[in-house]
Amino acid sequence: MLAAGLTALTACGSGGGGSGAGAGTPRTGGTLTFAVGSDAGCTDPQQVGSNDTIYSVRQLVDSLTDQDPSTGKIVPWLAQSWTISRDARTFTFHLRPGVTFSDGSALTSEVVKANFDAVPKLGPLGLLAEGYLSGYQGTDVVDDLTFKVRFKQPNAQFLQATATHSLGIEAAASVRKTPQQRCAEGIVGSGPFTLQKYVPSQSITLAARKGYAWGSSLWKKQGAAYLDRLVFKILPESGVRTGGLQSGQVDAIGSVGRADESALKSSGVQLLARANPGVVFGLSPNNTRSPLTDEKVRQAIALGIDRQQIAQTVFPTGTQPATSVLAHTTPGYVNVGAALSHDPARAKSLLQSDGWTPGGDGVLQKGGKKLSITATWAPVAATNKPALELLQQQLKTIGVQLALKEQPVAQLAQLQTSGNFDLLFGNVTRADPDILRSSFSSKLANPYRLPATGLDGLLDGQAAEPDQAKRLDLVAQAQRQIVQHAYTIPVVELQTELGVAKKVHGVLFDASSRIQLHDAWIG
Amino acid sequence: MRRYAALRLAQAAGVLWAAYTVSFLVLDLLPGDPVSAMAGAGADQAGVDPAQIARLRSEYGFDDPIPVQYVHYLGRALRGDFGDSVAGGRPVTSVIGDALPSTLQLVAAGMALAVLFGGGLALAATYTARRWLRQLLLSLPPLGVSVPTFWAGLMLVEIFSFRARLLPAFGNGGLRGLILPAVTLAIPTGAIVAQVLAKSLLTALDEPYIQTARAKGAGRPRIHLRHALRNASLPALTVVGVLVGQLMANSVVIETVFSRNGLGRVTAGAVAAQDIPLVQGVVVFGALVFVLVNLIVDLVYPLLDPRIAAAGGRRWRPA
Repeated sequence: MLAAGLTALTACGSGGGGSGAGAGTPRTGGTLTFAVGSDAGCTDPQQVGSNDTIYSVRQLVDSLTDQDPSTGKIVPWLAQSWTISRDARTFTFHLRPGVTFSDGSALTSEVVKANFDAVPKLGPLGLLAEGYLSGYQGTDVVDDLTFKVRFKQPNAQFLQATATHSLGIEAAASVRKTPQQRCAEGIVGSGPFTLQKYVPSQSITLAARKGYAWGSSLWKKQGAAYLDRLVFKILPESGVRTGGLQSGQVDAIGSVGRADESALKSSGVQLLARANPGVVFGLSPNNTRSPLTDEKVRQAIALGIDRQQIAQTVFPTGTQPATSVLAHTTPGYVNVGAALSHDPARAKSLLQSDGWTPGGDGVLQKGGKKLSITATWAPVAATNKPALELLQQQLKTIGVQLALKEQPVAQLAQLQTSGNFDLLFGNVTRADPDILRSSFSSKLANPYRLPATGLDGLLDGQAAEPDQAKRLDLVAQAQRQIVQHAYTIPVVELQTELGVAKKVHGVLFDASSRIQLHDAWIG
Repeated sequence: MRRYAALRLAQAAGVLWAAYTVSFLVLDLLPGDPVSAMAGAGADQAGVDPAQIARLRSEYGFDDPIPVQYVHYLGRALRGDFGDSVAGGRPVTSVIGDALPSTLQLVAAGMALAVLFGGGLALAATYTARRWLRQLLLSLPPLGVSVPTFWAGLMLVEIFSFRARLLPAFGNGGLRGLILPAVTLAIPTGAIVAQVLAKSLLTALDEPYIQTARAKGAGRPRIHLRHALRNASLPALTVVGVLVGQLMANSVVIETVFSRNGLGRVTAGAVAAQDIPLVQGVVVFGALVFVLVNLIVDLVYPLLDPRIAAAGGRRWRPA
C-alpha cells in the first residue's frame, strides 16, 4: 500500500493541480482541519450546490464515474464500464462488485435505481441533480450489477453528470429518507470518509472508512484514505480564516482572495488554484431589450472590455481572462480569444457606423436616447463589485454608460424568469459543455432571451452525439457562434484558490475544481 | 399593583404580536422567496427550470395570498408551532433551542463583564479626586460605544490569537473560547453601563442627603458606595432591559467574527436564505426575551420604589 502511495507522488499535479508534489514519504493518520466560509445547512451531496459544503460532503460518496481533470475524460469509479446508445438516450452501466456502504449494505443496481428515482423529488436544494436527470424515464435493472438509465430525449451530458457529487450514490436507507432528513441527519455513502458529526454553522467532521477499497481509477493510493479524520470548520470571516491558517489553527482554507495572497505566501502557505470549468464570468444580456437587441452594441461592449486588466487587478493571481464563453478547463473548450480582444477603436467605429453619436457628457446617443445599460449582479463573490466597477470605467471610454444594480442572490432566478434586466453578471460551474445548452438554447428556459437560430441545432446536436470527437466539434462551433454574435459577453474565468499549510500534501482538484481528499496526507 | 401588572402583561403581548406581524410584512416585501434563494445558493445562476421553481413554491405555500399565509402562520405560532426551517427542514423551535445555550453563555458572560468593568469604571471615575484622571476615565465610555464591534473583535483575535497565540480564534470550545467574544461583546455594553452609572452617581453626589451624610461624619468610601451608589443604580437597572436587546443584536456580529454557533449565526443565516419560518421564530423569540426582561424590570421597580406603583403604573424614567 505504501509503495503505491510513493509512485503516486511522482505523478502528482498534472493539470489538476495539487499540493506538495514529491515531498517525502506519505504518512498514514492524522486530522486535517479545513476552514470554509459558509454552511449550506445540509450534508447531503445530492442537495448541496455551494463549494464550501461540497468540499466536505464530496468525500462521503462515490460516483459511478470520475472525470480526469487534465483531459476531461470520463473514467471508471463505481462503474467499471458503460455503453451509450446511438441516440444518446440509454446508458448501460456495469458496476464494480464488492462495494459496500458504511451501513454494511451492498451496492447493487437496485440501489442506484432507487437513487435516480428519488432525485426528481429532491426539492429546491436538489435542482442541480434534478437538472442532470431532466427527461429521466427510469432505470431498468438488468442484473445485480448491470442497469440501464433511460431518457425521453438525447442526453449526452448525463455521462459527465454521473461523475459529479450531485449524483453520488447513497445507501438505500438514506434514499428512503425525506430530503430534509437527509440534510439534517446526513447520509450513508460508500465513500472514503463517513460523516461523524455535523454541527450546523460550526463544523462537519468526517472519519476515514475502514476497509475502503473501491477508489476512483484516478487516485494514486489504493485502499483507504491516508487521513484518519477531516474537520471542516465554518469560519465566515475571511480574516479569521487567513489568520487561522497562518497561526496553524487550521491546515487549509477555501476561497483565498487576492488581498490575502502575499501574507499567506510569506508565511510559507501553498496556494493551489484551478479555473472552474463551465461558463465564465461575463455580462449576459437580455437579448430582447433595446439597445441590446442590436448585435453591434453587444459586440462593441465585448470589444470595449480590457479582460487582462480585470483579471490582473481584481482576481487572484493566475486568473485568466476569458478566451471563450467556456473556461479553458471545460472539456470541448476552444480558444476564440481573437474575437474577445480589447479594441476600443473598433468598438467606437462599430457604434459610430451604427448611428450612435457622442453626447455632451461623453455618453453616446441615438435618436435622443443615451447608450446607458444596467448591469445587475448579486454579491455572491467578493470580486463581483470591483470587477464591475472596473468594467464600468472601461466601457465609459467607448461612450457606453454602465449602471450597476446590486440584487440579493435570492432574486437572480426570479430576474431570469421575468427578463427584467439589461445585463446579468455571473458564471456557471460545470465540467461538461452541455452547460451551453442549458444557458443559451432558445428551446429551454432561455434566461437570456436568445432568438431561435442555427445555434439551437448545434446545441441539440451535441446533446445527442454519443461520439465524443463529433460532439466536441459541435461544441466548438457553438462557442464561436455565441461569441461572434455576442449573445453573452465573456469577461474572466473564475479561479478557485485554496491555501494549504506546508505540511499538507496530496490535496487534489477534481474536474469541477473541487477537492478530493482521499490522497491527502500530513507530513 | 395588580392593575399595574395586568397592564404590563397586556402591553407585552401587544409587543409580541406587533413584532410577529411587522417581521412577516417586511419579509414579504423582500423580493424573492426561500425557494429561489435555495436555487441560487450555489453562486451559479443558470440551468434552473422556472417551472420547477414555481412548482416548489406552490408546494411550500409561498404562492398563497399574503393574508392567507399570515393567518395560517399566526394560527400555528399561537400554538407554539413555528413550522420547519425551509433551508434545513428541522423544526424552528429545535433550531433555536440548539443555538440558545451558546448565545446565553455569551450574553451572560458579556453582561457580567460589562457590569463589572463598566460599573467599576464609573465608580473609579466619580471617586477619584484627581481631575485629569476623572476626565480620562469618563472619556473611555464614548470611545467604547463608538468602536465597531466587528473591528474590536478582529483586533482582539489578531492580537491574542494570531500573534500571541494565547486564545483560540474561533469555535465554541469551553471557557477559553468564550473569553475573546465575551470581552468584545462587553465593550459597547460596558461603556453604556459606565456612562449611565457615572452620570447618575455624579448627580447623586450633589444631592442634599449626601451633604447630610457628610456632615454626620461618614467617610468617602461609605458615602460613595452606601449612599450614592444605591440611589444611582436605579437608572442603570432600567438600562439593563435595553442592554439585553443590544447584547442579542451584537451577538450576530460577534458570533460571525468568532465563528461561534448560536442564535446570532442562526439569525444571519436565516435572513440570508430568506428562511421565513426561521426568521419569524427568531424575531418572536427575541421580542419575547426583550419583553420578559423589561417586564421583570418594570415589576421589580415598584418593589424598590413604592412611589411608582402609587403613580398608577406610570413608569418612572430617569432623566
